[in-house]
Amino acid sequence: MSDANVAHEAHEVVHRHEPPKSFIRKYIFSLDHKVIGVQYLMLALAAVLVGMTLSILMRFSLTWPDMNWPIIGMIKPDQYLALLTIHGTIMVFFVLTTAPQGGFGNYFLPIQIGAEDMAFPTLNMLSFWVTLVGFIVLLMSFFVTEGAPIGGWTAYPPLSAIASAGPGQGTGMNLWIISIAIFCVGSLLGALNFITTLLNMRAKGMSLMRMPLTCWAWFTTAVLALLAFPVLLAGGVLLFLDRNLGTSFFVPAGLYIKDVIQPHAGGSPILWQHLFWFFGHPEVYIAILPGMGLTSHVLSTFARKPVFGYRAMVFAIFAIGLLGFFVWGHHMFISGMSPYSAMAFSILTLSIGVPSAVKTFNWIGTLWGGKIRFKVPMLFALGFVSLFVAGGITGLVLGQTSLDLPMHDTYFVLGHFHLVMGVAAIFGMFTGVYFWFPKIFGRFMSERLGRIHFWITFVGVYCIFIPMHIMGIVGMPRRYSRFAENGQQIYYFLESLHPLVIFVTFAAIITFLAQFIFFFNLFWSMFKGKKCTENNPWEATTLEWDTTSPPPHDNFAGVHPVVYRGAYEYSVPGAPNDFVMQTDPDEFGEHEGSGDGHNGHKH
Amino acid sequence: MGRALAVIIWLLTLASVVLFLSGWWFPTTITEHGPRVDQQFLITIIVVGIAFVAAQIGLGWMVWRYGANSQNKDERALYTHGNNRLEVLWTVITAVIFISLAVMGQRVWAQLHFSDAPADAFQARVTAQQFSWNVQYPGKDNKFGRTDPTLIKEDENNFIGLDDRDPNAKDDITATTLVLPVNRPAELILRSKDVTHSFWVPQLRFKQDLVPGMEIHVHFTPTKVGQFQLACAELCGMNHFSMKGTLVVLPQDQLNDLMNLPPTQFQPKLEELRGKYELGMIYDEKGTKIGKSY
Repeated sequence: MSDANVAHEAHEVVHRHEPPKSFIRKYIFSLDHKVIGVQYLMLALAAVLVGMTLSILMRFSLTWPDMNWPIIGMIKPDQYLALLTIHGTIMVFFVLTTAPQGGFGNYFLPIQIGAEDMAFPTLNMLSFWVTLVGFIVLLMSFFVTEGAPIGGWTAYPPLSAIASAGPGQGTGMNLWIISIAIFCVGSLLGALNFITTLLNMRAKGMSLMRMPLTCWAWFTTAVLALLAFPVLLAGGVLLFLDRNLGTSFFVPAGLYIKDVIQPHAGGSPILWQHLFWFFGHPEVYIAILPGMGLTSHVLSTFARKPVFGYRAMVFAIFAIGLLGFFVWGHHMFISGMSPYSAMAFSILTLSIGVPSAVKTFNWIGTLWGGKIRFKVPMLFALGFVSLFVAGGITGLVLGQTSLDLPMHDTYFVLGHFHLVMGVAAIFGMFTGVYFWFPKIFGRFMSERLGRIHFWITFVGVYCIFIPMHIMGIVGMPRRYSRFAENGQQIYYFLESLHPLVIFVTFAAIITFLAQFIFFFNLFWSMFKGKKCTENNPWEATTLEWDTTSPPPHDNFAGVHPVVYRGAYEYSVPGAPNDFVMQTDPDEFGEHEGSGDGHNGHKH
Repeated sequence: MGRALAVIIWLLTLASVVLFLSGWWFPTTITEHGPRVDQQFLITIIVVGIAFVAAQIGLGWMVWRYGANSQNKDERALYTHGNNRLEVLWTVITAVIFISLAVMGQRVWAQLHFSDAPADAFQARVTAQQFSWNVQYPGKDNKFGRTDPTLIKEDENNFIGLDDRDPNAKDDITATTLVLPVNRPAELILRSKDVTHSFWVPQLRFKQDLVPGMEIHVHFTPTKVGQFQLACAELCGMNHFSMKGTLVVLPQDQLNDLMNLPPTQFQPKLEELRGKYELGMIYDEKGTKIGKSY
């Protein structure tokens, strides 16, 4: 211990970066990765509130299609599709992509590797503001003539390419493309920054295999973003040209829409699907990988055990990231592409289940023999594991070409991806909020409210999304504005599902309301929560717990932390406490410097 | 807290399993390949179910068993960084199971998609548009008349732009109902006039997008007679939800009679035949009722 303190003190006199003084430079156009991280989180909170509200309106409309609601009136079929499109777009881009990576990644990646800031602070600030502009442009689409686009977040042409193909496909659709293009730019700037920072700015002793798994996840996510977003950006530009400058990348000849032969020729609607899903499938891993990293991190912390199979976990993250680029075709089995390539995509898709299963085994292995402390972040991390299994495992059904014949574009798909990339990823974010809140704000969130929030949400999401699988088996198609008209069921084979539809809607309403407990807890605790005066309230090991709560502007008050061991040294025999911080230089018997996942040191 | 969580996890697992066993299932299949799709689904869902239950029981057991409490607070957790042999073991086992499923899942697919329709297949062209279905039958000459989008005149009921100057078009029948014979391979030629749609009859266990600019040939063999609803399974615009069509599978002789009629008599005769088969019921190849289709 003493050596490190000497070293620290020697650095105390070294030059320190002063925090900016003016309000605007400090909180608005800040270059501080921590402020930018919080800005991203606030953006995601605003976005999730909108996205969630839209989903509740959709449930209302599906369950009571002819109802005249106060203020909004009756939700017409095209309005339903506008809700659906913006719900999907907001959730995928502005929640699942911003919060885990832009929010937590920005705040904690530099601290966890012992850096003072991101490599390019100005770029970092720009990436946030660019993303915010993208969000505003997207919301503007609700307020233009004909409203928001109706083509879903996947925006398949020709529906998305021809303005007359439906309401909202004019100005609204243009705004959608502009918003997504802006978002792509913001994400690319962020990804560059993450990769550079992680590779170049790690503290002394922070070898790659000593990094927390969160850092591995953020790094892999950034690599995915760097490779995937340019493809979406290119696709978006081409679609924009098709719409506004008369090109025909995605529009074939002879389309007859609204009594007019469209003046296009030579394009392919399937080309868009390839470009979109080449981005779209890695995107689901962009959403879930940070949650996986954080779950490993929190399970280890609260089980008081090293991560089981750290090295295997790192390889699994890489394998998922790599394979994630070769499976996009499973969204397109029945799109008209070659059935032979469908076969190849199917086998690759089921292969990606293997590293996912390895991660699950290792999470359970991490808990085995632990001394689990059931704090709220731990509850959400355990919920993540449960939901990840429940949602991910049906990928084995959907990834098979033959089974896609009945299941494609049904509620089965809806249940599957909402559980795994929606709810599990959001549980990852809840884990992050409850876990890091004391570090970010120097106060604790209420455990009691956190627990209530957990129980309702955990049971609620199962009640919403498991029945959707059943609806899919019976044959309910997704993206239908309604299933009954004037009290008459449109498709007779769906009639028996009515009780399930109502059940899901009530579960959704209750789960929706429970989120306000979270919002209240969050904002109330920022100002009134119990003060966190210690650096390390959870008795954790990684570098973010080695600085004050909240950390100073330069993260470690001018000290350059030195790392002596792996990230998850809990319950080390012979150590005075059941956790050994990464910066602790002391040696404990035979276990010195371990923690990089070598064959089990059993005690 | 740990025990409560374990119990909740187990109860949710149990409830999920019960829901899957509660009787909501596929509508009865009416194609030759359908039972094999159903069988593959059943095998997969059993494997998935076992893995799901095992993982949730395991997770629940860990939180039940290894919670910190006042009795064990002086003990420490087990200090281990993992076990490479276990990692290899579970990687190999899952890889074998998952990839076997993927390979098995290709069989029906290969049968449907890796070969052309048999030469004696019954042919029909299905042209989708926002928000309805058009079907063209080749008529007695077994040749489809030429179509051209510039000839589309919806107010004159020429929805697909059939060129009446083409001799092959003379005996073609155009309708909004898809009629197929039972126990004879059917080849559909799928096209779209405007945006991407998807052809889907749940009882067929078959789905295929109709892509503008493409002509997609697919084939399957219906094995039951009856009337079924045809739905669009790809978001195609405002009234996507109401893009409902009808598939009528007829006994061979009834179909032959129908197709040999002059085009003008097609629709009245079809209505008459439809009257024999109640929506939601299935009938054997002779037309005798054998049960419900859902």
